[in-house]
Amino acid sequence: MFDTGMLELLGKGILETLYMTVVSTALAYVFGLPLGVVLCITDKNGVFPIPAVNKLLGFIINFLRSVPFLILLVFILPFTRAIVGTTIGSTATIVPLVVAAFPFVARMVESSLKEVDGGVIEAAQSMGSSTFQIVYKVLIPEAKPSLIVGAAIAITTILGHSAMAGFVGGGGLGTIAVNYGYYRYQRDVMTVTVILLVIIVQVFQEIGMRIARLSDKRIK
Amino acid sequence: MIVLRNLCKTFDTSEGKIEVLKNINLKIKKGEIFGIIGLSGAGKSTLVRCINLLEKPASGEIIFDSMHMGDLSSKELLKVRQSMGMVFQSFNLLQQRTALRNVCYPLEIAWVPKDEARAKAIKLLELVGLSDKLNAYPSQLSGGQKQRVAIARALATEPKVLLCDEITSALDPNTTRSILELLQNINRTLGVTILIITHEMEVIDQICNRVAVIHEGKVVETGEVREVFLRPRSDTAKQLILPKGKEIRNMTGKRCLRIIFDGNSAFEPIISNMTLECRAVVNILYANTKSIDGKAYGEMLLQLPDDDVSIKRIFAYLDDKGIFYKEEELNV
Repeated sequence: MFDTGMLELLGKGILETLYMTVVSTALAYVFGLPLGVVLCITDKNGVFPIPAVNKLLGFIINFLRSVPFLILLVFILPFTRAIVGTTIGSTATIVPLVVAAFPFVARMVESSLKEVDGGVIEAAQSMGSSTFQIVYKVLIPEAKPSLIVGAAIAITTILGHSAMAGFVGGGGLGTIAVNYGYYRYQRDVMTVTVILLVIIVQVFQEIGMRIARLSDKRIK
Repeated sequence: MIVLRNLCKTFDTSEGKIEVLKNINLKIKKGEIFGIIGLSGAGKSTLVRCINLLEKPASGEIIFDSMHMGDLSSKELLKVRQSMGMVFQSFNLLQQRTALRNVCYPLEIAWVPKDEARAKAIKLLELVGLSDKLNAYPSQLSGGQKQRVAIARALATEPKVLLCDEITSALDPNTTRSILELLQNINRTLGVTILIITHEMEVIDQICNRVAVIHEGKVVETGEVREVFLRPRSDTAKQLILPKGKEIRNMTGKRCLRIIFDGNSAFEPIISNMTLECRAVVNILYANTKSIDGKAYGEMLLQLPDDDVSIKRIFAYLDDKGIFYKEEELNV
């Protein structure tokens, strides 16, 4: 049943899944982190309040977040093709994954940064810190443990989405589960892919929480 | 050093505008320790935040070191803030940085080279008595130690003035005393002007030269600490200096006398001699002596006998001894 061919396939699936997940998460943070910072500081109680910008960004993010992933995936196919040249395979899946994840990441970053004690920010302001200095010397370092927990949640969510993309030929473990487990009724293959996905999620989550705990200087 | 002229501040709330500060006029001299005391909600914290423009005043002028704070560009304001240290009630240390790196923070902001900043931070932590805690995180420090780090941090940029907002309110009496001693040392050795906001008379008593009493956003009394202590004029000052006022009211049935001692007479057995010489019995309702600027000051509240002749003799005796006294209303 599990000949070398299947094992090779599963191995390739794992690598593809990890590739999609890690690259998508990284890109989602490239866009989501600055956006989260902007959301946090432009709030009316933030360090650089611009309520109009804040409301507009909030609206766009809520809009993107309200589209279910599978629909978004299909909806932006032309956009995906324009960027990667194809709509099939793991590299093509990265595009919808990033589009779906960065608004989510922005909100996670925003909420982490808003946890930073207002008194500490006030102290930084009293010492003559610029807005930029407050962001990269106070907000981000002080929120680091919370940001890392957020990243662990983001990476596992993106992993789940990447498996969903299996239905439209997205590659990775999701595609294997759909092609063998669903279309060919190979329940054993299905079970193995599910177990593999669960293990990957657990590992990411555990690593994330552990790094967060180690980096937090408040609980020693 | 700091001049506040007609300073007003309002807050917009859902129930309309609230006037927090009303026409504040204050002058804080270079090198002094100036206290601002008031009950909770009097506007003290808002007042101190107006000085470095963490709160924007509605009107009025703030002059710091002959600069009009309101006229500064936002860039200049950041620069000026570096010459004003601020210490808070809740310490407000960066939780993810060690004590040493907390003290380095304002120096990083001011673009001081790393090695120089580090050396300076180590010196400052030595000054506040924490040379063994350089690499401790705030969560590993006690309240008093955290406040010492915060003071070292506020001093890092060699500020001309230190703004202290209720810095001892979260500390126990012993720690409060040691933190105040530290501030006094800093004032003497570094010549830093210190402005202290507090609701505790003990704080003013222990280290301030001059004090302003603030009530409902208005300055109701200003003066030398000893003056305000000896002859409090405003109700707020009386309330703060005589916190036991309520009990006195319950105990006094008749005429009442406040005796005020200056530096020399507090150590003479005035009351004993007086009762012997006048052959009049008095009831001590309240007594409090303190050391201000190294000299002893004190006051007592006496219940007088129900006999006009004895009262006259008591007055004559006190006049003779040159002791300041005055008859008090019963509802002080």
